[in-house]
Amino acid sequence: MPQTSFRQPSVLPGFGLTFGFTTFFLSAIVLIPLAALVLMAASMQWSEFLRVVLSARALGSYRLSFGASLLAASINLVFGFIIAWTLVRYEFPGRKVIDALIDMPFALPTAVSGIALTTVFAQNGLLGHYLSLLGIQVAYTWIGVTIALTLIGMPFMVRTLQPAISEVQRELEDAAETLGAGRLYVFRRIILPTVLPAMLTGFTLAFARAVGEYGSVIFIAGNLPMKTEITPLLIVIHLQEFDYHGAAALGFVMLVISFAVLLTINVLHGWGRRHLVATAH
Amino acid sequence: MASAIPAAIPDELAHRPGRDTWLHLLVRWSLIGVSLAFLAALMIAPLATVFVVAFQRGIGTYLHTFADADTRAAVRLTLTTAAVVVPLNTVFGLAAAWCIAKFEFKGKSFFVTLIDLPLAVSPVISGMLFVLLFGAQGWFGEWLQDHDISIIFALPGIILATMFVTFPYVAREVIPLMQQLGNDEEEAAITMGAGAWMTFFRVTLPKVRWGLLYGIILCNARAMGEFGAVSVVSGHIRGLTDTMPLQIEIFYNEFNFVGAFAVASLLTLLAVATLIIKTLVERTGYKRR
Repeated sequence: MPQTSFRQPSVLPGFGLTFGFTTFFLSAIVLIPLAALVLMAASMQWSEFLRVVLSARALGSYRLSFGASLLAASINLVFGFIIAWTLVRYEFPGRKVIDALIDMPFALPTAVSGIALTTVFAQNGLLGHYLSLLGIQVAYTWIGVTIALTLIGMPFMVRTLQPAISEVQRELEDAAETLGAGRLYVFRRIILPTVLPAMLTGFTLAFARAVGEYGSVIFIAGNLPMKTEITPLLIVIHLQEFDYHGAAALGFVMLVISFAVLLTINVLHGWGRRHLVATAH
Repeated sequence: MASAIPAAIPDELAHRPGRDTWLHLLVRWSLIGVSLAFLAALMIAPLATVFVVAFQRGIGTYLHTFADADTRAAVRLTLTTAAVVVPLNTVFGLAAAWCIAKFEFKGKSFFVTLIDLPLAVSPVISGMLFVLLFGAQGWFGEWLQDHDISIIFALPGIILATMFVTFPYVAREVIPLMQQLGNDEEEAAITMGAGAWMTFFRVTLPKVRWGLLYGIILCNARAMGEFGAVSVVSGHIRGLTDTMPLQIEIFYNEFNFVGAFAVASLLTLLAVATLIIKTLVERTGYKRR
C-alpha cells in the first residue's frame, strides 16, 4: 500500500473517507478561522499592536479578568475540595441530587446564570440584601465578577477531584491513625499528596474557563472601563466600533496568555508528579 | 473495594469503630454544612430566583411573554440553529471517532488536540473569528458584499459560531469510548463479508450508543444556550437574529425582568432535562473519561 508509511494497514474500511471528512470539517470550522485571527493580528504594525494591547484600558481589563479568575479558581480549590470530599466520603440525605446538580453550570446557559446571580446579589436581592447590611456590595463590583467565575469553575474542580479522592487508600489512613497520627497529619501526608495532581488540573481548567467567560459576567460586572470591564467585553466593544485589528490584537493576547498558563501548569504538574513519586520511594 | 465505588458507601466503612467519635462527627457535619451552604448560595438561590421572578406577576404575564412575536422568533431561531448544528457535529464526531479509534496513523494525538481546541477559546473570540473572516472589514467582507451574501448579522454566522463552540462535544465522548471497546467485532464482521456501512450501523453504532447520546445532549444544551459567541455575530436584530439567550439580554436591559426570566425559565428547564438524561445515561454504566 502506498500510504503504509503514514498509517498502519487494517482490514477495516473507511479511513480515507472519515479522515478526509474530519480534516475538511476541522479546517473549515476551526483551523481557518483561527488562522484568520492570527493573520489579522500579524497584519498590524508593531507599534499599533502594542498601543492597543498595552493601553491603560486593556491593562485594567487584564487585571480584572486574570485577577478575578485566579481568585475564583483559588476559592474553588478550597470549596471544591470540601464539596468533592463530602460527596465521596459522607452519606447524607440528598447526596445523589447534589451530585447531579454539580454539573448545572455546564448545562445552564451563561446568560441565565448571569441574570440570576445578579438578581440574587443585587443590593435588594435575596443574599445581596444581607451582604449590603454588612457593607459589602457584590453586584457591579469585582466581587460579583469573582462570584460568577467561581460558579462557572466549580464543576471542573469537583469533577476532577472526585475520582482522585476515591483513590485515597483508606487502609493507609487507618494504619497511620492506629500508629498515632492525628487527622491533620494524615491529611497532609497521605490525602494531600494523592489528590494534589488532580487539584492542579482542576485549578487549571477552572482558571482557563474563567478567563474567557463572558455571559455570566457581563450582567453582574458594572462594565466600567478600568474598573469592572473584563477583557472579553473590551473585545466586543472594539468589534462594535468595527475596529477589527484592535479586537484581533486583544484576542491574540488572550489566546497566547491562556495557552501559556495551561502549558506552565502542565509542566508543573509533570514535575510535581515526578517529585512526589521520588519522595515516596 | 470502597475506593472504586464513590456512589455507595458501604455501612461497614461508614460505621467503623472510631469513626463516630464526637470530633469525627463534628468534622463530618461541618464539612457537609459548608458544602450545602456554598451550593445553596451559588446554585440553588439563582435557580429558584429564575422561577420566582418569572412568575412574580402571575401566570398570565408569564405566558404573555411567549405571545410576543419577537420572543417566538427567538425560540424558532434557537431551535433552527440547534437543528442544523447538532446533526452536523454528530456526523463529524462519528467520522472523527472512526478514523481516530480504528486506525493508527502519524500525528494522531496532535489531530485529537486540534479537535479539542475550541474548548480552550473564549466564546467571544470564537464569535470574533467569523467576524474577522466574513464581517464588513473582514478578509472576505468586500467579496461577500459585492455578491450580496450576508453571513455576519444573519443565520449562517450564528450557525458557524455555534458550530465552533460545540465542535468537540460529540467527538470527545465517542473517541475514547470507541478506542476502549476495540475493533474485534468490526474486524469479524468485515472478514465475514459485511459491508462497511452495515458494519458501522449494525456493529459500531449500537456499541457506542450511550456515549453518543451523552455527547449529543451536551452538544444540544450548549448549542441552545450559547451566548458570547452568538452575541458577537448576531447583530441583535430583533425578531430576526436574536436567539433565546440574546432575547434574555434584551428584556433584561429593558428592565422587563418577567420577560427575561420567563425566557430564562425555558432554558433552565432545558438544562434540568439535560442533567436528568445525563444521570440516566450514567446509570446504564456509561462512565465519562
